[in-house]
Amino acid sequence: MSADAVVIGAGLAGLTAAIRLAEGGLSTTLVAKGVGATHLAPASIDVLGYAPALVESPARALPAFTDERPDHPYARLSPRIVAASMDWLRERVPAISYTGSLDENLLVPTAVGVAKPTALVPEAMAGGDLRAGGRFAFVGLRALKDFYPAYLAENLSQAKLPSGAAVEARAVELRDPGDEADVNPLGYARQFEEPGFRKAVASELLSRVEPGEAVGFPATLGLDNHRTVWRELQDLLERPVFEVPTLPPSVPGIRLFRALRERFRQAGGRLVMGPTVVGADTRDVVVERVVVQAAAARPATHEARWFVLATGGFAAGAIHLDSHGEVWESVFGLPVAGAPGAEPRFLPRYLDDHPMARAGLAVDEVLRPIDARGRPALENLFACGAVLGGAEPWREQSGNGLALSTGFAAASHILERVS
Amino acid sequence: MDAMEWVRGSLDHCVKCTICETFCPVSNVTPLFPGPKYVGPQLERFRTGNGSPDASLDYCSGCGICTTVCPQGVKIAEINAKARAGMKAERGVPVRDRIIARPSVMGKVGTPVAPIANWFLQNTLVRRLVERTLRIHRSAPMPPFAGWTFRSWVRRHRPPASAERAVVYFHGCSTNYFEPRVGRMAVEVLEHNGFRVVVPRQECCGLPLQSNGLFDDARRYVHRLVRSLVPFARRGYDIVATSTSCGLMLKREAREILDLEDDEDLRTVSAHTYDVCEFLLMLHERGELKTDFKPVPMTMPYHAPCQQRGHGIGRPAVDLFALIPELEVVETDIECCGIAGTYGLKSEKYDIAMAVGAPLFRQVRETASEVAACDSETCRWQITSATGIPSVHPVEVLHRAYGLGE
Repeated sequence: MSADAVVIGAGLAGLTAAIRLAEGGLSTTLVAKGVGATHLAPASIDVLGYAPALVESPARALPAFTDERPDHPYARLSPRIVAASMDWLRERVPAISYTGSLDENLLVPTAVGVAKPTALVPEAMAGGDLRAGGRFAFVGLRALKDFYPAYLAENLSQAKLPSGAAVEARAVELRDPGDEADVNPLGYARQFEEPGFRKAVASELLSRVEPGEAVGFPATLGLDNHRTVWRELQDLLERPVFEVPTLPPSVPGIRLFRALRERFRQAGGRLVMGPTVVGADTRDVVVERVVVQAAAARPATHEARWFVLATGGFAAGAIHLDSHGEVWESVFGLPVAGAPGAEPRFLPRYLDDHPMARAGLAVDEVLRPIDARGRPALENLFACGAVLGGAEPWREQSGNGLALSTGFAAASHILERVS
Repeated sequence: MDAMEWVRGSLDHCVKCTICETFCPVSNVTPLFPGPKYVGPQLERFRTGNGSPDASLDYCSGCGICTTVCPQGVKIAEINAKARAGMKAERGVPVRDRIIARPSVMGKVGTPVAPIANWFLQNTLVRRLVERTLRIHRSAPMPPFAGWTFRSWVRRHRPPASAERAVVYFHGCSTNYFEPRVGRMAVEVLEHNGFRVVVPRQECCGLPLQSNGLFDDARRYVHRLVRSLVPFARRGYDIVATSTSCGLMLKREAREILDLEDDEDLRTVSAHTYDVCEFLLMLHERGELKTDFKPVPMTMPYHAPCQQRGHGIGRPAVDLFALIPELEVVETDIECCGIAGTYGLKSEKYDIAMAVGAPLFRQVRETASEVAACDSETCRWQITSATGIPSVHPVEVLHRAYGLGE
C-alpha cells in the first residue's frame, strides 16, 4: 500500500501523530502489531511530576529541567509546544473533557493511595484533586480485582501535601453490587452502563456516605455512556463523584483509545492492526517503504514519503537486545543510546530501576533519530513516545506527556516540511 | 523450532496486560468464558498431553481478535484452537459439530432438492425438532440453498474474448452452494478489469472442521484444496478469495493451527492468496483498476468481520467504496457479529452470539438505507437474520457500481 505518511505504533504517541498528519491533509496509514499502552495507563497526561522533587508547575519547572538534561526529549520541545499538544488533545476528544493545564499539576489519588502529580486529567478524575485536602469516601466493588479501598484510604490519609492540607479518607465497601464472580474494571464499566445497576449502587451508598465527603469510585463508570453514568451518579449522590485509575485494564484509557481511533478514522486515516513491521527499504538516507509480515506467507510493503516511529519502549519490543548484549532499534536497526554496556542490564524485581529501561533513540532538534556522528540517520524518519531515550518516565511521571507532546511535535515537523 | 512449539512458545511473551480481554467479544457478554488471557497463555501452562484443566475453553468462539490486538505477538486464538481440539479428542465431538463442519456435504445434498430443503430449514416445527435432537438453535441463521451452483454457472460462462492477464478464483463452498451470485459478480468484476478468471477444481478448505476441533479431517480437506491450487501458484498466478475466512485459512490459519508450517505447497499457496478487496485495491494503487463507477446513492454500514481483521491488511473495502460516487459508508466499530462461523448455530451458544452481535445489529439498523456490507458469509447471514436488512459482499457493491447488471 502507499500513503503520504506511515506511522508505526498505536499508542498515544502514534495515534496523536497519525491524527495530526491525517488532519493536516496527508493520506496516513497507521500500522501496529497490536494495541498500545492506552489500555494499561490511566488516561491522565502526566507531563512532569518529579524533577526529582515534586513539581507543582510543569510550565515553570521545564526550562531548568531541560537545561540540566540536554538529551531529554523535552529538551527538543519548548513548553509552548507541550502546552499546544495538551490544547490539541482537549479539542480532539471533547467527550473526555480534559481538565488542567501545564501551569499547575493536580494531585490525584492512585489505586494504592499515593497523591500523584499530573497536568491534565479527564473531567471525571478531577474531583479527586487532593491539593486542598478534603474528605473522601472510596468505594469498593466486591469481586473487582486489584482495587482495595481500605488500603487506598489508609495510605492517602497519611499523604503529606505541599499545601499542608489534610486528607481524610475512608473506605465504603458495597455489599453486593454485581452477580459475577471475578470481574475486571471493564466488566464493571459495562454494568454501570445499565441505569438499574447505578441506581442500586447509589441507593446503597446514599445511606453510607457522610456529609461533606466526595466519593471516589474505581475507574469503572461506564464506557460508551461514561458522561451520563458519571453525571447521574453525582446527581443521585448529591456530591462530587470521581474516578480513581485502576490496574489494567484501564477503562479511562480504553475510552481514550476509542475516541482517538474514531478521530483518526474521521480524518480519513487507515488503521492496519495486526501485522508486525519487520524491516524497511532505504535508499541513501531516505526510507522508501516499511516491510510488514501480515497473514499471508509473503512480505507486504507500505510506501510513503514520511515515516513516524512510535513503537514504544524496550518492554514493547521497540528495542532489541540480543544474547551478546548488542542493542538496536527493532524496525530500522537504528543505533540506541543509553543502553548499559555491561551487566546488570536488569535488576531482580519487576518494579526495580532496570538499567535497560533507559535505552532509547537519540534525536535531533526535529525528532529525527541520529547516528553516531549526530546526523539524522534517515531524513524522512521521525520518532516519538517511549522509543526516545534520555527520559525516565517512571521516575519523572512523564509518560503520557512525552507521548502526546512528541507525537504532536513529530507530526508538526513533517507538516512544516510538506508546506 | 517446529510450528507447534513456535505457536505455543509465544505464550512466554504474554505480559498479562489484559488488552486481549478488553477486546474479547465473548467474555465481555458472558461469565461462561473467562477470557482469552486466562484460557490461553495462563491455562496452557497447565495443559499436559491432551488434558485441559478447564472446559470453559469450549466457549471461545475462535474469532481471533485477541491475536490481532495483542501487542506482544502472542498467538492466543491459535493456542486456544489447538487446546480445544485436544480437549475434543479427549472428550468426544458431538454429531452436530461433525455435520455443521461440512458445508460442502450439506451443499451437495441440499442443492438438487433446494426447494424442499429450504422449506424444511424454514419450517418452525422441523427446526424445533433439529434443536431437540442435534442442538442447533431453532432461530440460528441457516442460509437457503441457491438451487444452482457457482460451478455450474462458471462451466457455461463464456469469458470475454480479450483478456491480457489471468487470475485464479477460490470461491469456497458457501459461494458454490448458497451464494453463487457472489462468485458470479466477483468473476464479472475481475473480467471487467481485464482478467481471465481461472476456476480450478475445489472443495471445502477445512476451516469449519478446524474450528470444531476435527483437525485430521481439516488437514485432509486443506491438503486436497492445496493440491488443486498449488500448480497455479507455482506458475505465478495470484489467487483471490471472496470468502474472507477461507482465504485466511489458506494464508495463515492452516499453517499455524493445523501445524502445517513446514508444508511447502501450502506456503506457496499462502504467498499467492489475496482477499478480493485486497487484490482490487492493489490494482488501484498500480493504476490498473477501472474506476468507471456509477453513483450508488445510499448509506451503507460496512462491517469488517473478525476474520477479515485477521488478514492484517486494513480495510481495503472501505478504500474501494470511497471510489464510488454518492455511496456513503459508515464503518461499524464493533468487533464481532457473534456467529464466528458455526459457533452461533449451537443451542448452548446462540444467546451468547446474539448478545455479542447486539451492538452491531443496532448500528446496522440505525445506518442502513438499503443494504449492509460485510466480507464474510456467515456474518452476512447473522446480520440479515438479526436485523432483517439484506447483507452483501463488498464485491456485489462494486459490481453494481460498475453497472454490470443484476
